[in-house]
Amino acid sequence: MNDIKPKILVFSTEKISDPAIDLAGLLKMYYPATVYTITVPCSSSIKPRWIMHAFDAGFDGVFIAADGTDCPYSENCTENTSNIVKQTQDLMRQKAMDTARLKMAAICSVCSEAFVRQIKTFYDYLINQKQNENA
Amino acid sequence: MKIGVYICHCGSNIADHVDIEKVRETIGQQKDVFLVKDVMFACSDSSQKEMVEDIQSQGLDAIVVASCSPKLHLPTFREVARRAGLNPYKYIQVNIREQCSWAHSNDHKGATDKAIKLIEAGIEKAKRSEALEPIKIDAINAVAVVGAGIAGLRAAIELADMGTDVYLIEREYFIGGRITQWDELFTTNQTGREIITKLYHQLISYKNITLFTGAEIVETSGSVGNMEIKVRIKPRYVKPDCVFDMDKFEKAIEVCPVEVEDEFNFGLTKRKAIYKNYPGEFPEVPAIDHDHCTRCGECLKVCEGIDLEQKEEFINLNVGAILLATGFDPYEPKEGEYGYGQVPNVITLQQFKRLIELCPDELVYAGRKIHNIAYIYCVGSRQQNGPNRYCSRYCCTAAMHTALLVKQKYGDIRNFHFTRGIRTYGKQEHIYHEALEQGDVVFQSFNDPLCEVGEHNGTAVVKINDFLTRGKPMELEADLVVLITGMVPRKNNTIAQLLKVPVGRDHFFNEVHLKLRPVETVIDGVFISGASQGPKNIMESVNSALAAASKANNLVKKGFISIEPTIAFVDADKCQWCDKCAQVCPFDAFEQVDYNGKQVARVITSLCKGCGMCLPVCPEDALQLHNYTDRQIEAMIEDLAKAK
Repeated sequence: MNDIKPKILVFSTEKISDPAIDLAGLLKMYYPATVYTITVPCSSSIKPRWIMHAFDAGFDGVFIAADGTDCPYSENCTENTSNIVKQTQDLMRQKAMDTARLKMAAICSVCSEAFVRQIKTFYDYLINQKQNENA
Repeated sequence: MKIGVYICHCGSNIADHVDIEKVRETIGQQKDVFLVKDVMFACSDSSQKEMVEDIQSQGLDAIVVASCSPKLHLPTFREVARRAGLNPYKYIQVNIREQCSWAHSNDHKGATDKAIKLIEAGIEKAKRSEALEPIKIDAINAVAVVGAGIAGLRAAIELADMGTDVYLIEREYFIGGRITQWDELFTTNQTGREIITKLYHQLISYKNITLFTGAEIVETSGSVGNMEIKVRIKPRYVKPDCVFDMDKFEKAIEVCPVEVEDEFNFGLTKRKAIYKNYPGEFPEVPAIDHDHCTRCGECLKVCEGIDLEQKEEFINLNVGAILLATGFDPYEPKEGEYGYGQVPNVITLQQFKRLIELCPDELVYAGRKIHNIAYIYCVGSRQQNGPNRYCSRYCCTAAMHTALLVKQKYGDIRNFHFTRGIRTYGKQEHIYHEALEQGDVVFQSFNDPLCEVGEHNGTAVVKINDFLTRGKPMELEADLVVLITGMVPRKNNTIAQLLKVPVGRDHFFNEVHLKLRPVETVIDGVFISGASQGPKNIMESVNSALAAASKANNLVKKGFISIEPTIAFVDADKCQWCDKCAQVCPFDAFEQVDYNGKQVARVITSLCKGCGMCLPVCPEDALQLHNYTDRQIEAMIEDLAKAK
């Protein structure tokens, strides 16, 4: 049995990805219980320092459930969120961290299946990385 | 600090998968947790009363409710806090149902551990919560309704009836929008014009409605409650105080030498530069098309009511809210799409509707008497490879209804429908059965393209591999091919850019939430209705127009508006005014001000929507969002990360 249970912090958005994550629960689309969500108004509002803080505090991965083209605030949300990811990845490189520990995907308000699929893939990736580190 | 924590069983929804007793015990040991209770249903009246009593009798500084998604009961518990005299923003909601007990009902231990961590993180947020007050701003009890089609007219009348002043702004010279182009309509067989005539007479009976035609909003400023709009009004070239004599205007139309393609008839006919689209059109006075009139003066010789010296006018209006009812454009097929523009006698549904009205006795197109009609469905909608993935909703019914009408009107007609599957939903299903009963033939395919349109000896030929006969190839010689074209967003949508109204991936206006807030946009005070927000039939357009009118009236009628205080704020000591926040803000909510001798950014509270897009772009990290401060987010992160 695998004892490695990576911790993932999800930044989700009030109006778009949070309803999808709620829907995943409603539909009993299981995903690991070590996935925690913090809700923000828009994925373009996430500060790189928050993401870095999550890694420093002990999270194995951070997943940004982005508004994408459904963002109710701006058509530029995808671009803005991508910039946040790029900036954070630069900070991660400076610390010689694996940039794949930060993942972003657009999750629409009914994309519960996509959310669970993305999270499971990410979770498996993080398990592999940890196993490699321990080997 | 005294924090009260309430853990909801939600009947068995949470309690069956989360060990509530363990959660209660663990949370009770947390510093600053003064009181922890588990309740069967936190949202029940008795639990709400208990919370109010606890807050008041125990002097709680903040409360955390661990129950369902905040989408359901955030307003409920904010109201509980308010009733108890606690600032509503000192209450934090923790979702241990959708994102915990239900999502991990296969892992009770995992769900219990997660519930504890989520509640602990909520407590950390509550400890750092700020007492926020809704921002109150004055509101003018007036609404600008943009677009005088069926949705705009209904919204304007409803708003006026509820006591709100209305400025109805129509870009065209005449009101009525698309439905004046349709003759008989399903289900009542009233004509579009009859409906518009009725609405126009109602409209002019209200003194608090001002109608502008040939008018367009060109500038906006201010924000919800007091928006200043600048309206450009094109000259109609008719003296406003002239004695209206239609005979003289008829003569003016007759002598006008300018002929242009008639958009009202989708290019099937020509019209003059001075025109009315149809005799009973409103306003009754004809207009001179500003863009095509050559100012030759022929009309002046026969009609003294004309004034070619009129100039464009600009007026400023102040309104509390704006209601958009700007409608749609019919999809224009590409050259060669199902033979359009290349094969003879291929027209769109909209052209066909006009053709029927223009042919009183027998159906003739391009000199040919029409007997066999092929209807090709979903042109420009449900595209497998194009951008329009959506279904345009109204077209199956419109096509079936037209097929019935054409047979009733001309008799000797055979209808052949080439479909992807008929969607005459709801009551409209009757019309499909009626069409089948009258002998219409239906073919179906899921291929893309649905069928092929070619030409044989000057006649259009439609070929399909028919799904309903196990893919058998079928071929039909058609006198007329009607492309059942759906709805697309307005080509000229400058109003969306002016008001910064978000559009969806289909490029129609985007509502905040399709089900829960279907006529509101994230721009406070801007409401959307009708087909401007996506394909709708007339009934659905009117429904959304009435909903938008009601929301707009409710917003402005009190004379003041309360807006969410969860907006951005600037640390002026850190700020160096680099302009990056102002550049990224979609709502122009930043202004440059002087602070202790240096230039800094300031948030304009009435414009900020609390999206937080400005936060990550500030190189000085001088921006934060109330209720999502660095201290709150980072404390939550630290707590969640402690999980084993």
